[in-house]
Amino acid sequence: MANPLKCDLCSKPATVHLTQILDNKVHKVDLCEDCAQEKGVTDPSGFSLADLLLKASLNPEATVATGVRCEQCGFTPNDFKKQGRFGCPACYGAFKGILDPMLEGMHKGIVHSGKVPQKALERKSLYDKLTQLEVDLSEAIKAERYEDAARCRDEINQVRQAVGQKQR
Amino acid sequence: MKSTKSDKPSGKSSANPMTIGSLIDTPSELTDSSSSKSAIVLMTRIRLARNLAGHPFPGWAKPAQREKILGACREAVTATGAMKRGLAVGVDELGELEKRILVERHLISRELSGSKQGSGVVISKDQAFSVMINEEDHLRIQMLRAGFQLKKAWASITEMDSLLEDSLDFAFSPTLGYLTACPTNLGTGMRASAMMHLPALVIANQMEKVVRAVNQLGMVVRGLFGEGSDASGSIFQISNQTTLGESEEEILKRLSGVLQSIIEHELNARARLLEQDSGKLFDKIGRAYGILQNGHILSSNEAMNLLSLIRLGVDLGVFPDAKRSVTDRLFIEAQPGHLQYAQKGEFEAGQRDLLRAERLRSEFANFARPDFTLSSPGNN
Repeated sequence: MANPLKCDLCSKPATVHLTQILDNKVHKVDLCEDCAQEKGVTDPSGFSLADLLLKASLNPEATVATGVRCEQCGFTPNDFKKQGRFGCPACYGAFKGILDPMLEGMHKGIVHSGKVPQKALERKSLYDKLTQLEVDLSEAIKAERYEDAARCRDEINQVRQAVGQKQR
Repeated sequence: MKSTKSDKPSGKSSANPMTIGSLIDTPSELTDSSSSKSAIVLMTRIRLARNLAGHPFPGWAKPAQREKILGACREAVTATGAMKRGLAVGVDELGELEKRILVERHLISRELSGSKQGSGVVISKDQAFSVMINEEDHLRIQMLRAGFQLKKAWASITEMDSLLEDSLDFAFSPTLGYLTACPTNLGTGMRASAMMHLPALVIANQMEKVVRAVNQLGMVVRGLFGEGSDASGSIFQISNQTTLGESEEEILKRLSGVLQSIIEHELNARARLLEQDSGKLFDKIGRAYGILQNGHILSSNEAMNLLSLIRLGVDLGVFPDAKRSVTDRLFIEAQPGHLQYAQKGEFEAGQRDLLRAERLRSEFANFARPDFTLSSPGNN
């Protein structure tokens, strides 16, 4: 054939062609035999076209150009391209630029509207407050604002107590 | 299932008298003969993906981190009331056959069964709940129920999830929802599915059309154990594709609507087959009965397809209603893992086919004879 399709993942000639219609949008993926095997296309139980689309939509040029890395876990966009999964929850912040365009094709919407872990969030806001108060405290001590420092210390004690109650 | 006061498991074994052997031998809703009354939806399953904030996802975590996460999750999960006297076990403590059985019962995934060190599973005594730890996500909480039970399954699983939230800090973003290793699970982290028995749609060659329509509605169709669209035993798994942008209730409502309409299509296809070609349909059922009663070599795929025809026969009134539970039990017991476990050994595929046929012959020796005169199309 004159112009064979190339595999979306490794650019060898593609022999497996998949089309899936999701919410009236047509998604097409072309794969070579090896990648199709490896991605489990022949085993529909473990196969999700969405996973593939997501990998195919990440072109290598873009990743080299951005050169971002998750500060929490050291994950890079190239790792994502290889695995199709992120390294840690913080990766979602680090790779926002890559993720956002993908989400639209992948999901019904781009903003969560379901269950919220209320108790965990309350705990988190207390932790955040504690961290901030500790910063304030050390700054107040450095600047010799002892009244502020005392106030921070009292507040820290209060928050610590509240955290203790929330936990376990 | 309320949270129990403070019976924290201080030692690991205190709350876990159950072993894998006793779990397998304990009847569950799916294997228990008295509980399967559902004609088309065999079972309902909901799973939630959850991760601990501030920890790398399992695929990226180092062995020591995986162990730490496993420990924390296991402690939290086993402390819940629902898991009292359940089984908590590391994947590395399980033998190949045991793993296979858990996969065949949909209690663990193939991915977990092949996973490296630092993974585990906690299964409730009645096998309704299972929580996989360090599969693709730190936690995969799953609820299984026989029949069409999306609402009940959701009520139980969200209660379990909220209990776990008391002691675990889940990774969550107000805009993206629960953060998961793969962005395809973001948001609710929920995958709800129904296992459906659709023999008439398969016989009438309409499955392809159904799959296409279901895909357009944002749902996915898979085989029972991933055998492609011509699923073995005409059993298909239908689940939601997307997890972000809708609430759990909205997703379940949409899925439920799709399932209802598939049920209608299957019933229509059955009525049409009976009307237009009952001879051919009865021939298939009669032959399936004959082979199950007398065959000597049966692959698991063939056995599934024959059992599927018997189950269709029950639905049509060819066999008594009570026999449906027998076919549902055999769907599971004819799988390679269960078959070998029952025979207490490992056998090659060829030997398994002989053993399977033997097992089915003995089950069908006293099975009710088909009565083709009774059959009434309206009976579902």
